[in-house]
Amino acid sequence: MVKKADSSAASPPQNDTVEYLLRLGDDRLVLGHRLSEWCGHAPILEEDIALANIALDLVGQANLLLTLAGQTENAGRDADALAYLRDGLDYRNTLLAELPKGDFAFTIARQFFFSVYSMLLADALRQSAIKDLAGIAEKMLKETRYHVRHSGDWMLKLGDGTEESHARLQSAVDELWRYTGELFLTDDIEQRLVERKVAVDCSRLEAGWREQVNGVLRESGIKTPEVKWMQRGGRIGRHTEHLGHMLAEMQILQRQHPGAEW
Amino acid sequence: MNRSAPPFSVEELYTVLNAVMDPEVPVLSVVELGIVRGVDVDDERVTVSVTPTYSGCPAIAVIERDIVAALHAYGVEDVQVKTIYSPAWTTDWIPADAREKLRAYGIAPPGPADHDAPVAIGRRRAAVRCPYCGSIETDIQSDFGSTACKAIHVCRSCRQPFEEFKAI
Repeated sequence: MVKKADSSAASPPQNDTVEYLLRLGDDRLVLGHRLSEWCGHAPILEEDIALANIALDLVGQANLLLTLAGQTENAGRDADALAYLRDGLDYRNTLLAELPKGDFAFTIARQFFFSVYSMLLADALRQSAIKDLAGIAEKMLKETRYHVRHSGDWMLKLGDGTEESHARLQSAVDELWRYTGELFLTDDIEQRLVERKVAVDCSRLEAGWREQVNGVLRESGIKTPEVKWMQRGGRIGRHTEHLGHMLAEMQILQRQHPGAEW
Repeated sequence: MNRSAPPFSVEELYTVLNAVMDPEVPVLSVVELGIVRGVDVDDERVTVSVTPTYSGCPAIAVIERDIVAALHAYGVEDVQVKTIYSPAWTTDWIPADAREKLRAYGIAPPGPADHDAPVAIGRRRAAVRCPYCGSIETDIQSDFGSTACKAIHVCRSCRQPFEEFKAI
């Protein structure tokens, strides 16, 4: 059975597309910003550089997706306007992306869960009927493969490392697992776009995701959590308290000095 | 006015663009890197199609500015830069002579990009040849380096850390 998130009323086709592009863009913008919080704080220099690079890829992907969303919407909003001048209620990212960065194990586990999902999504999205979106997906796929390898390598190192690294990773996986279900929730908006060959039915990505993720968890010696209830809400603007705090920091400059450039 | 022939030929414009160097890898031009995907001359307007390397590459804004500046300096007044996304940029577009320039500059050139193979998690990758001493006794330090497009390695033979332009 196809799981469904709460759906909004019927809307013109381009509104569906804008909504879909916001979901894709917001996941990457919010997660990219969270990852950028490690800059200057990572455990070793190489890792500081790696996390900042991955954050840059994600924010870059968000820039392309939000630019396309603004062009499709055709209401004069560019990527900056969408990133800096929307309130939390208008953000469409999954809850997984917005959780505070936690410790290094938490960040790695989240990156791994998201990157595998993003890789599968980008792979399928290369067939999108919207040519620019297909092109962005092709680029996303190439970059995300490096992200999967980076976080996957660390999953093995932490899970199969010291007692402490193992315990921290297990705890991170246990905490994050309930947020992974939302990645695969589809709804009427997405289904209408699937019919038009614009979007990917994300519920069809779940089996492949579980196979890859469970394989790495097994190899890391980490137990797959038995969680029945999955958190949801981000796709319809119902966020955790954490997003508002993050946006306050991310948006403060444009809110206090509208139009500022440097 | 007679407009039968465009004032600029595509060939001469490519010669101009071949002198526009990548700001991060100044031994390669934006043409050699495959960032320039096409040049169109329509009357007096010149449109240069470019494709970004990495989504978040901060150099792309500088590259676009440098392209416009070079063509202005050449006498083209009306320059448009158009960004295209498909096909996505790949290091496979960098020609052999440009790869040798990279190596001579101290950056190991990219191997072939393979995006269909499964991601090898926790597997040792094939060693990258040291651009300084040619040894294959090298270890990767990180897939991510000083810019989005480079990985960091260290050579066990000559002890030199070096960067690799990674395949994508």
